[in-house]
Amino acid sequence: MGRSAVPGLLIAFAVLVAGLLLAFMVGRYPVSIADLFDVVVAKLSGHNSGVPAAAQNVIFLVRGPRVLAAAMVGAALSVAGTAFQGLFRNPLVSPDLLGASSGAALGAVIGIYFSLGILEIQGLAFIGGLVAVAAVYLIGSSMSPRDPILVLVLTGVVIGALLGAGVGLMKYIADQYNQLPAMTFWLLGSLAATNVTDLVPLFGPVAIGTLVLFALRWRMNAMSLPEEEARALGVPTGLLRIAIVVAATLVTSASVATAGIIGWVGLVVPHIARTLVGPDFSRLIPAAAFLGGGFLLVIDTIARTVTPTEIPLGILTAVVGTPFFIWLLASVSKTWA
Amino acid sequence: MILSGHALTIGYSDRVVGRDLDVVLNTGEVLALLGPNGGGKTTLLKTLLGLLAPRGGEVRLGDRRLSDYSNRERARLLAYVPQFHAVTFAFTVESVVLMGRTAHGSLFSRPSATDREVAGRMLERFGITHLRDRPYTMISGGERQLVLLARALAQEPQFIVLDEPTASLDFGNQGKVMREIRALGVSGHGVLFTTHDPNHAMRAADRAYLLRGGERIGEGATGEVLSRAQLEALYQTPVELVSDASSGRTAFLPG
Repeated sequence: MGRSAVPGLLIAFAVLVAGLLLAFMVGRYPVSIADLFDVVVAKLSGHNSGVPAAAQNVIFLVRGPRVLAAAMVGAALSVAGTAFQGLFRNPLVSPDLLGASSGAALGAVIGIYFSLGILEIQGLAFIGGLVAVAAVYLIGSSMSPRDPILVLVLTGVVIGALLGAGVGLMKYIADQYNQLPAMTFWLLGSLAATNVTDLVPLFGPVAIGTLVLFALRWRMNAMSLPEEEARALGVPTGLLRIAIVVAATLVTSASVATAGIIGWVGLVVPHIARTLVGPDFSRLIPAAAFLGGGFLLVIDTIARTVTPTEIPLGILTAVVGTPFFIWLLASVSKTWA
Repeated sequence: MILSGHALTIGYSDRVVGRDLDVVLNTGEVLALLGPNGGGKTTLLKTLLGLLAPRGGEVRLGDRRLSDYSNRERARLLAYVPQFHAVTFAFTVESVVLMGRTAHGSLFSRPSATDREVAGRMLERFGITHLRDRPYTMISGGERQLVLLARALAQEPQFIVLDEPTASLDFGNQGKVMREIRALGVSGHGVLFTTHDPNHAMRAADRAYLLRGGERIGEGATGEVLSRAQLEALYQTPVELVSDASSGRTAFLPG
């Protein structure tokens, strides 16, 4: 597998580039690849491109922020999923395992219930995700169990169910003509409302979290071994577990705050990345980031172009993700079990 | 250097497994830990590895308490070969051996040229260089045990602790692992391993430590402590002693 890694990484990168081109070119106002190229080169070199102003507006103002957000969210969820699957030594976990998504969901529906502005809703979602994971972590580790990982997972499941009940309650008491549709729309995930000001609060946490995870990539290999074995190899497992959970939660919460709940990406993309480059985190993290960005760009392009009204992302990722995941389980599960 | 346990009480927060255990292991010496299932072998092993805190007494490594070492310091002196196990992800054999170099780098460092060189040397030592790029999940049980040995040696430790290194291996691979354990002692490592087979202790160890119900019921040079009477007391089962007239070697048969 060592030799196939470089092509694998190249394939992942090619998927990202293809996703970017597709997302910029396709839509109600099609942009040709030549125009796209001219506009970007002109922008970078500071010259004037001669491409119609309408096309420039579509590229920079209409699609630009949304494309960047899709690439970042897809990459973030995939990297977080990769990290969690390694940390929990289980290829079936996703980045919301410890309650990041359900906490963010509760924060967001509370914000919608009190008719707050979009920035406050995003802020509440972000904080909700962080608080939920912190609670799970503190409760889980306060029991000083023999198998800390298992207790953490179980605590995450239980707290997640409680938060889900909270979301259900807010939906139940919400105004069913204005608030309930807004909540439902948010919970299904969308990038339709993304604008330039969303990019900074998204980029900051995603960049920091991803850099931390990438910096720890070599230790994450050993972290995916059984706890005692990792410790015997000299890994400070307690410290690393906190660092990985914080970093992954940061990127997940920022993504969910911007785009709502988008399932499947963080679960499925790490598997595709693993089949391309193997389980070594030094290659897996970049591969997952490229593939995840490319995957969500394709999904988001479908979401905004196939039907006159937008399709929620969470629905599309599940529709694409489920059959793919079943196929994956049936065909390649032997190689990682 | 010496790894030792003094008046150890071993066990978990809710249950004591063994009391009053003294163990001494010198570098260059091979010690076999024998005893029935549930007798506390693995618990003692994990306590001596610093993976489980003693409930009483202390473990010392060199001139310091083992608990005073950081994970990283300890891992450069003390390596662990866990029982044959399944890993979740299909790391290559080379990646697994490179993990043995963890304690020689910082939290963020990537494997250096030295790390790769050491890993390569260990693969060579155990004759598994040809497996370098194979997924660890796709090789045989005997090959995995050799990979784990290579990983332990890549830590460049003084002591190596192995948990049932011959369990679930075929006859030939058992012999191979026994030879490697002897070689580790000869090359100056302190080796501690658990086994269910007294003959393996006779073959590979200098000394044996007999543990039953959390109590030491015998300890000493394998030739002396491993007698028919001791083994019958240890396992509560009749044991037959057979000897080869030409070599003078002896072996035990259970039942």
